Amino acid sequence: MLEVKDLHASVNGKEILKGINLSIKKGEVHAIMGPNGSGKSTLSSVLVGHPSFEVTKGSVTFDGQNLLELSPEDRSHAGLFLSFQYPVEIPGVSMVNFMRAAVNEKRKYEGKPALTASEFLKLMREKRAVVELDNKLANRSVNEGFSGGEKKRNEIFQMAMLEPKLSILDETDSGLDIDALRIVAEGVNKLKTPETSCIVITHYQRLLDYIKPDVVHVLYKGRIVKTAGPELALEIEKRGFDWIKKELGE
Amino acid sequence: MKVEQQYIDLFSQCEAMICRHSAEVMNAPRAMAFADFERLGFPTTKEEKYKYTDAAKLFEPDYGLNLNRLDIPVNPYEVFKCDVPNMSTALYFVVNDAFYSKALPKTPLPEGVLLGSLKDMATQYPDLVKKYYGKLADTSKDGITAFNTTFAQDGFMLYVPKGVVVDKPIQLVNILRADVNFMVNRRLLVVLEEGAQARMLVCDHAMDDVNFLSTQVVEVFVGDNAVFDFYELEETHNSTVRFSNMYVAQEANSNVLLNGMTLHNGTTRNTTEVTLNGRGAEINLCGMAIADKNEHVDNHTSIDHKVSDCISNELFKYVLDDQSVGAFAGKVLVRPGAQHTASQQTNRNICATREARMYTQPQLEIYADDVKCSHGATVGQLDEKALFYMQQRGISYKEARLLLMFAFVNEVIDTIRMDALKDRLHLLVEKRFRGELNKCQGCAICK
Repeated sequence: MLEVKDLHASVNGKEILKGINLSIKKGEVHAIMGPNGSGKSTLSSVLVGHPSFEVTKGSVTFDGQNLLELSPEDRSHAGLFLSFQYPVEIPGVSMVNFMRAAVNEKRKYEGKPALTASEFLKLMREKRAVVELDNKLANRSVNEGFSGGEKKRNEIFQMAMLEPKLSILDETDSGLDIDALRIVAEGVNKLKTPETSCIVITHYQRLLDYIKPDVVHVLYKGRIVKTAGPELALEIEKRGFDWIKKELGE
Repeated sequence: MKVEQQYIDLFSQCEAMICRHSAEVMNAPRAMAFADFERLGFPTTKEEKYKYTDAAKLFEPDYGLNLNRLDIPVNPYEVFKCDVPNMSTALYFVVNDAFYSKALPKTPLPEGVLLGSLKDMATQYPDLVKKYYGKLADTSKDGITAFNTTFAQDGFMLYVPKGVVVDKPIQLVNILRADVNFMVNRRLLVVLEEGAQARMLVCDHAMDDVNFLSTQVVEVFVGDNAVFDFYELEETHNSTVRFSNMYVAQEANSNVLLNGMTLHNGTTRNTTEVTLNGRGAEINLCGMAIADKNEHVDNHTSIDHKVSDCISNELFKYVLDDQSVGAFAGKVLVRPGAQHTASQQTNRNICATREARMYTQPQLEIYADDVKCSHGATVGQLDEKALFYMQQRGISYKEARLLLMFAFVNEVIDTIRMDALKDRLHLLVEKRFRGELNKCQGCAICK
């Protein structure tokens, strides 16, 4: 589904990603771990087309399409979703208007007619249940005044609305208490199908207790330096990253 | 005094004609106003108050005037389709400066309420009109007010006697209508006696594809405990110049809401001066401007807290696209002894391009020590983070910008105390941002 080959990217002339190779197949869950500043969030930003990052080398293919050629909105339409580490507050734009615009633009891209008001509200109701998102929140401005946990739940709610093929969860567990973590993780699992894939970026094993990865990667200094099964995450939880750095001869 | 000369000559030659087609009460202050105009001339950018709008230059081109009061061939009720329909308002028209009285709506007004042509009112009720006309609009202080008072022959008047509540909103549509470049000098006079209540919606339109210049002087008297809403909506075109000088005097415990919205225009200068004369008076002064191309919107406001325990809230927002220019000045004067004043002023602006310009000038003068006053002014761009967030969710960059711009000005629309108007304005603003507004029937085609 996603093929990343020798991806190099920089911000303000400083190279952050120095040759990423990553291959994700349909139905797989990949965890990406790594110390702070290793390039995890840069990787997710580059994949969704954030304008601050410049791809200097390499290629990314998503479902057979050259992803790097697409605008951020078309990447979304093609089925790519990012759960933001820091969801943005948009005062004055209601969740309803925001989601209606998002859903209908995607439908337009797919050649489907826009949803009627009642169809749309029914969809909202259905999907809100996935993450137990309060109706009150759905009527407010996007993320405005939401708690940390509510913001993350709102991300997964949006994911449920848009039904992406590949979701990137960028530190979705940060700032969540244990109950919120469970609700969010269960939401992600409910949305999982054999056709969809997921990249989970996290520092901690605890999210991976709920969302079971098939593959775990360690990203360090802009490169993937280790790839293994779910046992790697447990080992990192126990031993930290230092032993990996030592293996690299540091 | 080059620009002024043609008007000085015009008045000298046509004074008799001007007076003949007006009313005695309106003629009385003319000579004084003319002398003031000769002395002051049109304001230039050298005057602090007019720093961002060069009035003298805007009066340079030739405009025709209708001093002889020829009938303008138009039935506004037939040709005009308003953008704010189904509002259940009592709808009236002023064509150029003349109240259109040939086919008045059969809206019953409460007893004692007077509404109609200012000239006719001044003829029928000279003692009443004389008490108010020209009493707030000081011709010795402002060249535009002096000019308007010199040439104004008619306009509109609303009088609501003591304790009377006018439920139905009064909608007044100003139509600029001419076949040649044309100037209009219009007067509005609103009097609400003690405990009276009324709401007015004034829409400014330009019907023809010629250059228009309009000057408008509005005087509003709001008595003790009276409540008045005044919404003004400008939807003219790029070849229209508008000068509006509004003077409001509020007595004790009165409550006034003024909201001026510039949706489509050429060059607009609105001056609003509010005087709080009685304790417990409250003024909510709001405005917004959506401008693009070379449009120019300048709101100059001043609020005078003369006595204690008054409240003033000010909120102005601008969205400036292309090469448009915005200016806002907000003077709040808290006089000695005006204790327990609560005054709040906010001006927020978005410059959507590098070429758009905004000049903002909060100005608080406080001479009392037990008051609560705040002000804030910002000029910024649309939130890039929010734009990207929306794009990631599949909303196109263009649509995301629009959503952010609606959200920005919605705060001003939400101050409106009429739900139907609020809903209509949400739609109207959306149309405006989408560039669909200038295709509406009410406006001439913008180039």
